[in-house]
Amino acid sequence: MSLGRSAGVSLVGLNGHMIDVEADIGGGLPSFLLLGLPDASLIEARDRIRSATRNAGVPLSPRRITVNLIPASLPKRGSSFDLAIVVAAAAASGAIDNPPGVVYIAELGLDGSLRPVPGVLPAVMAAVRAGRPEIVVASGNEAEARLVPGAHITAYRHLAEVMAAYGAAEAIVPAGPLAHARTRRAPAVQKATAPNEDPDLSEVIGQPLARFAVEVAAAGGHHLLLVGPPGAGKTMLAERLPGLLPDLDDAEAMEATAIHSLQRGTTGLDRLLRRPPYESPHHSASMVALIGGGAGLPRPGAASRAHRGVLFLDEAPEFNTQALDGLRQPLESGEITLHRSAGTATYPARFQLVLAANPCPCGLSTGKAIDCRCTPMQRRRYFDRLSGPFLDRIDLQIEVPRVNATHLGAGRGEETTATVARRVAEARRAQRARLQPLAITRNADLPGTILRHDLALPARTTATADRQLERGLLSVRGLHRVLRLAWTISDLAGQECPQPADIDVALQLRHHAQGAIA
Amino acid sequence: MNHNQELGQRGETLAAEYLARRGMLVLARNWRCKTGEIDIVADDAGTIVAVEVKTRSGLGFGYPAEAVDPRKLLRPNRLASAWCRENQANHRTRRVDVLSILAVPGRETEFDYFQAVVP
Repeated sequence: MSLGRSAGVSLVGLNGHMIDVEADIGGGLPSFLLLGLPDASLIEARDRIRSATRNAGVPLSPRRITVNLIPASLPKRGSSFDLAIVVAAAAASGAIDNPPGVVYIAELGLDGSLRPVPGVLPAVMAAVRAGRPEIVVASGNEAEARLVPGAHITAYRHLAEVMAAYGAAEAIVPAGPLAHARTRRAPAVQKATAPNEDPDLSEVIGQPLARFAVEVAAAGGHHLLLVGPPGAGKTMLAERLPGLLPDLDDAEAMEATAIHSLQRGTTGLDRLLRRPPYESPHHSASMVALIGGGAGLPRPGAASRAHRGVLFLDEAPEFNTQALDGLRQPLESGEITLHRSAGTATYPARFQLVLAANPCPCGLSTGKAIDCRCTPMQRRRYFDRLSGPFLDRIDLQIEVPRVNATHLGAGRGEETTATVARRVAEARRAQRARLQPLAITRNADLPGTILRHDLALPARTTATADRQLERGLLSVRGLHRVLRLAWTISDLAGQECPQPADIDVALQLRHHAQGAIA
Repeated sequence: MNHNQELGQRGETLAAEYLARRGMLVLARNWRCKTGEIDIVADDAGTIVAVEVKTRSGLGFGYPAEAVDPRKLLRPNRLASAWCRENQANHRTRRVDVLSILAVPGRETEFDYFQAVVP
């Protein structure tokens, strides 16, 4: 047989496309042609493959080998096609007999070892979705590939093992551990969950209102803005929010892990990300770092890495205004679509946004603002950087006052993360039971139409909010956000539905920081 | 004469025998002109063939034919025309072949014959 076939997966963002690999051996001088729009790293596969096959004891046919990656019009990149190309080429020369329909995802070393590649999780998910559950990966990626339900994974360490499994007689399987065998685990997964395990809410002194706001934010998935002077505990509070959130369910964990799989180098993940991720980029972050992008095919940014978790922007007014406004769309839609010349990628970005800000450049314009040295103009300019449409999307806007000596003395026996997390979990359960028919799990995701119809509250309950709408103090979107908050507050209290008092509290929580901002 | 030159010469003798076995008539060996040399000029049923012979005694540096640079084969192509001019054979069709010979000591010699490698 002079024609061999195999298959691989090409990732465009998180979307995997099935690629059929064909190899043809023809007359002519030995050469290796790779067709189907390979990029620079993929064209190098030719030379990796020549060396790897020789060192595995199954050299390629000394003829003209033409390899085609189908669909030929889709640009392909990266090194994950190496194994698929070798299998097709070896099958074309008759050296092996490979079963049809199997998908190969691995890179080759010059010694013939199979090396792990980034993005195995989304690639395997795509293959399973495409009805090709038989997948071969490098043993370094085995644990990650096995996370996908329904996938039949076979893992090999060395090309010779693959060849021997398909009936090549002369393959030399090396004895002993391979050079890269020890690079299997990396601590990055741990890092993503670390903020949840370490800081405890009981370490925050005083701040009963801010504490309550953080609890409400955790229970309903609402966005949160904390405004206060330096040293009041804004950052401490924000860092403790992820610890209050419940574990991700299977579907959420799969989505979040897929993004982190793309970000990996050559070390595979070995379990799903069960704790909500936490991202806190520095305020010098660019648009691309926050939203995603970059040269070539767009890569995910901090907003996508925080998918199903918390995106914390400390010193929010110090961020680049454009970068912040870039977050407006994902705040509404929960995803980011990036268009670049090399292709279009869509990444999920349903994160919970937490902002911390000083009230003014010197940070002391709080309470009576006796020590503040800022001019009124400076103060206004400072908060103008957080644009109106942006702030309108933040449900909870809280002022965090300075802690005084009395609080410090009384700062014993504050509630722990575990206690609050239990109440949050209870409130989440109530939400899930109510929202199940709508296929959403959190009050924050409630559409406005549902709030006005299926979950409409009696006019007596919403009277205060309605009055504010009439007087122009609330936008319609603002009203919806107040209603969502009220539902969460009521869920936390274990009530059937919100009472007039809950609406008042929601309005308070939404507007609390406006004195400081305006 | 060093090892490689000796191997090359032996390879060309083996090549001439191989081509003769295939029913080709060897017209010249190591034909030289100002611009270069053709290893073997042969007549294959009326077609003038310039054969580039590549001999190796092991696979340590890959197959012999892998060492033939397709771009450099334009030269035997030009030389073949020169040969035809000199020998009043301009009306004959021409072609360039590569004969790869693997002569591992103590093993049977392997021939790999690539015909018409210059399009």
